Amino acid sequence: MTSGVQTVQAPALEMRGITKGYPGVLANDGIDLDVRPGEIHALLGENGAGKTTLMNILYGLAKPDAGEILLDGSSVEITSPQDAIRQRICMVHQHFMLVPVLSVSDNILLGEEPMAGPIFLDRAGAHRRIRDLAMSFGWEIDPEQRVGSLSVGWQQRVEILKALYRNARILVLDEPTAVLTPQETKEIFSVLRRLRAEGYAIIFISHKLYEVLEIADRITVIRRGKVVGSRTPAATNEEDLAEMMVGREVNLTVDRGASQPGDVVLQIEELRVKDDRGSEAVRGVNLEVRAGEIVGIAGVAGNGQDELVEAIVGLRRPSAGRIRLADHDLTSVGARQRHRLGVGFIPADRHRFGLVLSFPLSDNFILTDYYEAPYARGMIRDEAAIEARAVRGIRDFDVRTPSARVTCGTLSGGNQQKVIVAREFEGEQRLLVLDQPTRGLDVGSIEFIHRQAIAKRDVGTAILLVSAELDEVLELSDRIAVMYRGQIVSVRDGRTADKNEIGILMATGGSQVAGLSTSPVA
Amino acid sequence: MASWQQRAVALARQTWAAMALPFVSLLLALLIGAIVILASEVVVPGRAFDLTLPFTAYAALFQGALGGLDPIVNTVRASTPLVLGGLAVGLAFRAGLFNIGAQGQFLLGALGSVTVGVALKEASPFIAIPAALAAGMLAGAAWGFIPGFLKAVSGAHEVVTTIMLNYVAASVIAWAVSGPLDQPTSPSPITDQVGNAALPVIIGQNGHMGALIALAAVFAVGWLLFRTTRGFEIRTVGANPDAARYAGMQPRLVVVLTMSLAGMLAGLAGATVVLGVTHHMTASFGTTVGFDAIAVALLGRSSPVGIALAALLFGAMRAGAPLMQIQTQSLIPAELVDVLQATILLSLVAHELVRRIFRLQGVKAAVETTDTIGPAYGRRPGIR
Repeated sequence: MTSGVQTVQAPALEMRGITKGYPGVLANDGIDLDVRPGEIHALLGENGAGKTTLMNILYGLAKPDAGEILLDGSSVEITSPQDAIRQRICMVHQHFMLVPVLSVSDNILLGEEPMAGPIFLDRAGAHRRIRDLAMSFGWEIDPEQRVGSLSVGWQQRVEILKALYRNARILVLDEPTAVLTPQETKEIFSVLRRLRAEGYAIIFISHKLYEVLEIADRITVIRRGKVVGSRTPAATNEEDLAEMMVGREVNLTVDRGASQPGDVVLQIEELRVKDDRGSEAVRGVNLEVRAGEIVGIAGVAGNGQDELVEAIVGLRRPSAGRIRLADHDLTSVGARQRHRLGVGFIPADRHRFGLVLSFPLSDNFILTDYYEAPYARGMIRDEAAIEARAVRGIRDFDVRTPSARVTCGTLSGGNQQKVIVAREFEGEQRLLVLDQPTRGLDVGSIEFIHRQAIAKRDVGTAILLVSAELDEVLELSDRIAVMYRGQIVSVRDGRTADKNEIGILMATGGSQVAGLSTSPVA
Repeated sequence: MASWQQRAVALARQTWAAMALPFVSLLLALLIGAIVILASEVVVPGRAFDLTLPFTAYAALFQGALGGLDPIVNTVRASTPLVLGGLAVGLAFRAGLFNIGAQGQFLLGALGSVTVGVALKEASPFIAIPAALAAGMLAGAAWGFIPGFLKAVSGAHEVVTTIMLNYVAASVIAWAVSGPLDQPTSPSPITDQVGNAALPVIIGQNGHMGALIALAAVFAVGWLLFRTTRGFEIRTVGANPDAARYAGMQPRLVVVLTMSLAGMLAGLAGATVVLGVTHHMTASFGTTVGFDAIAVALLGRSSPVGIALAALLFGAMRAGAPLMQIQTQSLIPAELVDVLQATILLSLVAHELVRRIFRLQGVKAAVETTDTIGPAYGRRPGIR
């Protein structure tokens, strides 16, 4: 560990020589990590580097083979999350551990119900405490509101409130910004800065380099279970950190040449689509994507992107409007026929639409083509052809797997995504719809998928990219369409677009730039 | 690529992962059964406590099930409808459907077979038998089609509809055997004999050919599920209906098809009992087969071979029970077998608990140890 940091305070938490092996892998190999009160310590590493294992050990979910954990200098044993909470260590998980049908206060109180007498809950007192706590951050929150009806950004605040309500003094945030807009990220950063000023010790896990540089006081990079090094933001930069993470030089920006747009491939006219609850989520969208260009759709999640994408690939029936693919009218054509016409799809929720996790890789490679030659003769599956397809996909797209026969659920997220990419990118696709294609993936996988997308563009495929990562949209798109409340409010040139301007368009629709936040903030 | 040794080890591990839970469940059931036997001894007054009684009982159970040709034939005969019924439940499980209606489909299948069998009792067996079997399959399929169709068009949950249809089926049987099919010469409600439509005995005193039909069904269902595109659709819809929809499959159609096929298998089970064993039908016909089939499908983990093995186990217990009762001077009633079956089923349903107590690894856990997690680029081994 570097010792030259200005603060002289003793660490609130120190992990020493943490080692944890799983059969065949050493997930943590003598990791040292400490965090002081009033410090934000960023833990940076790729998926699979060992961050999660380390945090699971801290949170009592895994038992280390060696090493010790010290709180305020004295060794403690943490064998369960209850232990961790008792030691005032709290975690804000990447996938929120909230119960959507319960109210804000019920979620916060869950597991720690304040009692008034032996039987009844002291709800009124708890509500008051929660409201006071929220108000101290300037958040006007209704403790009675159902969590499911809150935006993602607000759900995260509930998670943070939950931690603070339990008197946490060491906060671990696992990729807190993965699901947030740039504005929401700014807000959460200001919260974190405040908590730091109040003396909380914060571990911030991320693989977004610029965020880490912006918020952290110290950055520790781990790779393959080992600490590669620690830096202060002032003493490093994105390239340096990326190299530490990956172990080689990384091209952070994809080298994309100029696009050569050809004929219009995808043409959407006055499209209207309803969501599951029957309210109109896409409200009259017009959009064109040409051969050999990437059109990015930027927007805060939940502004109709999901419904738009599902309508394009044939998973949702539009209520009005038309979708054309070159000279075919797709509007009332099923998903299979669209696939045959050359529409490929990387779904945002790969576990839902993209893969059958309990099936072997081979079956997932043929998921959309299982019924036709060479994978089937009549009704009979051709196992040899199916296996050959899988072996080819695994080789061409460098899927890390012991064989084509293991189930997809055993692969890492990045490798699962590669299976989908391998399946959907093969052949002469005319249109690729990429919905959050790199969500939750590490730098290396992101780079790989971005390169593949550019390569497809350069051979004349039309690509529609939907991403909540504004950076991704900016980096890849030749044109950027901003979606707001079911409509395309603006289309910009991808090379000259300004990040701030797009961010404001995403948040406000561009009418009047009144406030940056879409949620009520006092 | 892995060497053959590694593959053999992996295969052995997978087999154990798949077999461990049913195996432990069986042992647990025998243990609890022994406790029940010992406890019952304490309750019965005026008799010396005999610590070896459980062993006596189990030995008799074993002997009655497997000790010679006739016991084995009895075991196979008792297993036959359980295999077919188990397949009916297991196939539906594969499509993500819980077919509690195997009992109703079983009854309707038996009714269809007995109706046609009685009508053709004097026809050539070469016509009567296939026709009666087909009638049973069709009637079962129709009874399975109803919940499938309701689910596809309205989303009505199959658990509810199949339970209800079981009652309807029982009532239909009661009406049929006391009304249109009632044999007027008999005082009690009973149908006529099926005559030439009876399945021929091929082994021992009463080993009818239904066992061959069940065996063929095991292979047919296995082939359908794992070698055909239809089976792939069934499995995909069961595992992930959304992915199935994206793959261009039609989950609703698959649901209707699967439920009809399941009904057909259960109907065939009813046909083999009525044509092979009873040769006629009464209102109290086969009251538990369809429910035992659920236990069989669970124990066999919805795999055709597993179902066949589980059915043999349950069939053996049924076949061995009478001898157990005789050899223990009715101290241990044949119903002990119900205790054993119920205990097996309980430990399967509460499998998380059993796994934890006996530290069994699941199938998933066995594969998790393989190193699949790695960086997306470069050529080095992955680290978690």
